[in-house]
Amino acid sequence: MVQESDPLPSPDTGSDKVLLEVRDFSLRFRGAPSDQINHVNFSVSPGKTLCVVGESGCGKSVTSLAMMGLLPAGAATIGSGEMIFEGQKLDLADHTAMRKLRGSRMTMIFQEPMTSLNPAFRIGDQIVEAVLAHSDASKSEAEDKALAILKRVGIPAAEKRMRDYPHQLSGGMRQRVMIAMALVNDPSLLIADEPTTALDVTIQAQILELIRDLQAETDMGTIMITHDLGVVAEIADTVAVMYAGTIVETGPAERIFNDPQHPYTIGLMSSIPQLSGPRGRLATVPGMVPTTQNMPEGCRFATRCPFAQPICAKEPPLAPLEGGHAVACHFAPLETHLEQSA
Amino acid sequence: MLSFILRRLVIAIPTIILISVFVFTLQKLLPGDPVLAMAGEERDPQVLEFLREKYRLNDPIPVQYFTWIGNALTGDLGISLRTNQPVLELIGEKLPVTIQLATMAMIFAMVIGIPAGIFSAVKKGTVTDYVANVVALSGLSIPNFWLGIMLILLVSVKWKLLPASGYVPLSEDPLRSITVMLMPAFVLGTALAATLMRHTRSAMLSVMSSDYVRTARAKGLVERKVILKHAFRNALTPIVTLTALLFGELIAGAVLTEQIFTIPGFGKLVVDAVFNRDYAVVQGIVLVTAVGFIFMNLLADVAYVLLNPRLRKQ
Repeated sequence: MVQESDPLPSPDTGSDKVLLEVRDFSLRFRGAPSDQINHVNFSVSPGKTLCVVGESGCGKSVTSLAMMGLLPAGAATIGSGEMIFEGQKLDLADHTAMRKLRGSRMTMIFQEPMTSLNPAFRIGDQIVEAVLAHSDASKSEAEDKALAILKRVGIPAAEKRMRDYPHQLSGGMRQRVMIAMALVNDPSLLIADEPTTALDVTIQAQILELIRDLQAETDMGTIMITHDLGVVAEIADTVAVMYAGTIVETGPAERIFNDPQHPYTIGLMSSIPQLSGPRGRLATVPGMVPTTQNMPEGCRFATRCPFAQPICAKEPPLAPLEGGHAVACHFAPLETHLEQSA
Repeated sequence: MLSFILRRLVIAIPTIILISVFVFTLQKLLPGDPVLAMAGEERDPQVLEFLREKYRLNDPIPVQYFTWIGNALTGDLGISLRTNQPVLELIGEKLPVTIQLATMAMIFAMVIGIPAGIFSAVKKGTVTDYVANVVALSGLSIPNFWLGIMLILLVSVKWKLLPASGYVPLSEDPLRSITVMLMPAFVLGTALAATLMRHTRSAMLSVMSSDYVRTARAKGLVERKVILKHAFRNALTPIVTLTALLFGELIAGAVLTEQIFTIPGFGKLVVDAVFNRDYAVVQGIVLVTAVGFIFMNLLADVAYVLLNPRLRKQ
């Protein structure tokens, strides 16, 4: 299932180790007229966090589910590209190999902690099951491991909680259990799909802090999928901004926040409410994300872009700027372009 | 749990009273005189009057009802007008036969219906799913009596594998008793298998798209475990409820099958009693059936609570 492949140096972080690299990945749902995921590129390094940001329906979750091999069989076809994980090419069609990676080397937590745990089984048993699925450990060894990780993620009275059913736990506690379940086999990659969206703000901060601490301890790479720029500012090392299935801008977090280059990223940034400065109506990006049924030719953002020109009918490549920053826009870098046209 | 059961039992009491009143009234409204049916060719008014007095049919109807229900509470359901046997004894004789038939039919239905439902849910939209649905629809559409007669013709008459009719008590010769009842149980079970299959399929489909099934896959569990443990365990609640209710229906609905295979069961008792205006027997049967139905309902509710941790602790 796996082919050897040279690990590539990561352009984004300066670290020479890459945990996961997604190259030119395209995916189309059955019957859809255009690609749901369109030539996507990104990478994550060990111990680092990549935030994939974008509006609902932009393809963030689909990309991560595809990576995990969790898209329903036959629902989508992969058009191009490859994913290289721990130096080996993932064969998404090899279900057995993907299953062995899932839950052991790469794991995932989800948006809805309330419904992501099986209501019929005790939480301890659900974690033990994750251990036993990937090792020859005895039941009691697995239980010890489950207890240790529950304690680590901050479940009070973990021995007692092991025997609880999910409905006896609050949303924040359930998300901690999900994190425990995801981390019990020491994965090298954690994919977190909007893990804090369904939680209270105070709990959100705790969960993010927990993920960050665990990451520092284990050198685990994290892909955080979110639409919440507050989360991005909190946790991201690198950011990939996704729009309608394409990555429109990627780079180190501080560059994306301080010097956004793509008109869509600029729109996103100006929609963050500011505490200082003059008050006014909160800026929004006008219009809606196009669906695969009415995807524009060329630049997919052109229909909502204030700078759109005839050249935007041609698809812009993700062109590198300085410092690991890359933008898919014909007019980048924006400053030079604005000066020229002035 | 105990208080839950007690509460359910208390709720059942008005239901039973209502049913008893209903049955009793309906019987009285039916045309036909039980005394005439009993007396046969005899038309002597004195004899008829004697019989009326004997069975207290001259009392006002409410008095008749209270006499009957009062006796019923002590286990006395009256005496059959036709055979002079106590009704309870008659029911006690025939009910086990039908319970055996219904149990065997239910086993057939579950063994066929539940795996077929799971399989067609997992293979949704494929040829397998389509074929399973067509088979299930045929199972529902083929009339019991036709299937029964065809099976008798093939299995008994042509191949001489199983006896065409009859009944051997379980206590007398268990193996023979089961063998004799295989064919009727299968006939009775097929329609139920189809119902169970359809319900299992839809229950499985609804849980298989749930978040926790995705979590189970994300853990790297083998697909068999994802389906049979994580999905099926949650689909089980509606299936168990349905099974309990179907079983109650089976007891009452075995009439036709019992007629075809000439099994001396509950169904035959009902038909004979109705045709002979054997009031006491009909009333007794309906009352016992209703209580049985309520009991199966209670069992379904208990199973529902046992299967659902969210309800268990409260």
